[in-house]
Amino acid sequence: MALKGNLRDFSIIQVLNLINLAKKTGALYIESSSKSAKLIFREGKLVYATAGMDAVPLIKIMARSKLIPNSVAASLSERYRTLNDMELGITLINSGYLTQDQIFTGIADFFKDILRGLFTLTEGLFNFEADELPPSTSIPLRMALEDIIIEGSRQAHEHEDLKNEIPSLDVALKFAERPGVNIRDIKLNAEEWRVISYVNPKNSIKQIAAAAKLNDFQIRRVVYNLLQAGLVEMIRLNSPVASAPPRAIPARNPIEQRNLVNRVIDRIKTI
Amino acid sequence: MQTQTVKIVVTGPFNAGKTELIRSVSEIEVVNTEKKVTSESEKVKNSTTVAMDFGRITVDNDLVLFLFGTPGQKRFDFMWEILSEGMLGFIVLVDSTRPETFREARGILETFRAYAPTPYIVVANKQDLADAWSLEDIRVALRLDPAIKLLPCTAKKKSSVKTVLLELLYAILEELDSTKS
Repeated sequence: MALKGNLRDFSIIQVLNLINLAKKTGALYIESSSKSAKLIFREGKLVYATAGMDAVPLIKIMARSKLIPNSVAASLSERYRTLNDMELGITLINSGYLTQDQIFTGIADFFKDILRGLFTLTEGLFNFEADELPPSTSIPLRMALEDIIIEGSRQAHEHEDLKNEIPSLDVALKFAERPGVNIRDIKLNAEEWRVISYVNPKNSIKQIAAAAKLNDFQIRRVVYNLLQAGLVEMIRLNSPVASAPPRAIPARNPIEQRNLVNRVIDRIKTI
Repeated sequence: MQTQTVKIVVTGPFNAGKTELIRSVSEIEVVNTEKKVTSESEKVKNSTTVAMDFGRITVDNDLVLFLFGTPGQKRFDFMWEILSEGMLGFIVLVDSTRPETFREARGILETFRAYAPTPYIVVANKQDLADAWSLEDIRVALRLDPAIKLLPCTAKKKSSVKTVLLELLYAILEELDSTKS
């Protein structure tokens, strides 16, 4: 029986759960308007994943996992360009660049990132091609799905709640005039700060998400936290035109800059 | 008219007094992102800033000054580059009573200079304490060029912090003038 359908009717979590429980072997193709992915399973375990249809070379996966610095990755790619992933993995281990565990960890993290990127899809076609195997030259990793399914399930519920709180991403944010008094203990992480740096009535939340490289779920979660902290408020978008993140010094003209600094000086003097 | 914002970053080693400095002049409750200190060696105080402190001074109807304090602990230095983006200038705060942090202060100063070639000043905090190092000694310890402003400060005193901010702003003006000429 063909396992295919739309994620609107059968969520990615349900598809993964089915593959896991039925110990299926084959390739799952996901195709939505925003992303595509190919996941290959062997007896219910994930053995291969790629976002888009082109395989990502091992060296790039290792660089993305920060196991190899980008500069070194570039030279290794050049030096070993004739090797496939399996041969390259063995070479990296033998030459002492990486251990086998590091390579497996890097690949597993890469796979998880791809799966996490799919969790927020609410629309898109999926198609499972039974018995399709990964390229024989790929690294033989088998990743159990239970943990990632639980994580995805939790995230899907959270995403639903967040969508109720922030139904539209086509609104803008502005700094709250008077942040509440009970926000002293809030902890902002790097992701939240990235979003804060783009807060401007001209930027929609969708544009901020694109600039900060966050998906819909991530941006909703960050904005929700900032709203709860009383740091920002949602407002109607000022302008439909996308704008760059605000410059800390809006005026580039030295005379204007000087004027700006003088105004700040005058104000500080009155403190 | 849309509000413009300018940003000044306050950086320095752990427990130098960055949060206190911002708190002294901010017109809002400082958005403080403190976390319980877990490292034994850093248990000089119970909590520390992990992402940033965030203070604000309204200049006029369409201009706001934001003061950002960086996390002091080395393991949070991934935030420094993000915080330094687009800043008007920065303040390197050192604890005058803890010479063991001077080397770190020097490193932070170099790092920020690399991120953004904006004007900066160095501020020796806790100068009101008996065991504070003198400014001359701190200048030597930090290997500061004579052209770099090094100011005494007591971060918990508004008047002292006001002087510090003004000195940085004057340094920024000088920089603008030199660029013009």
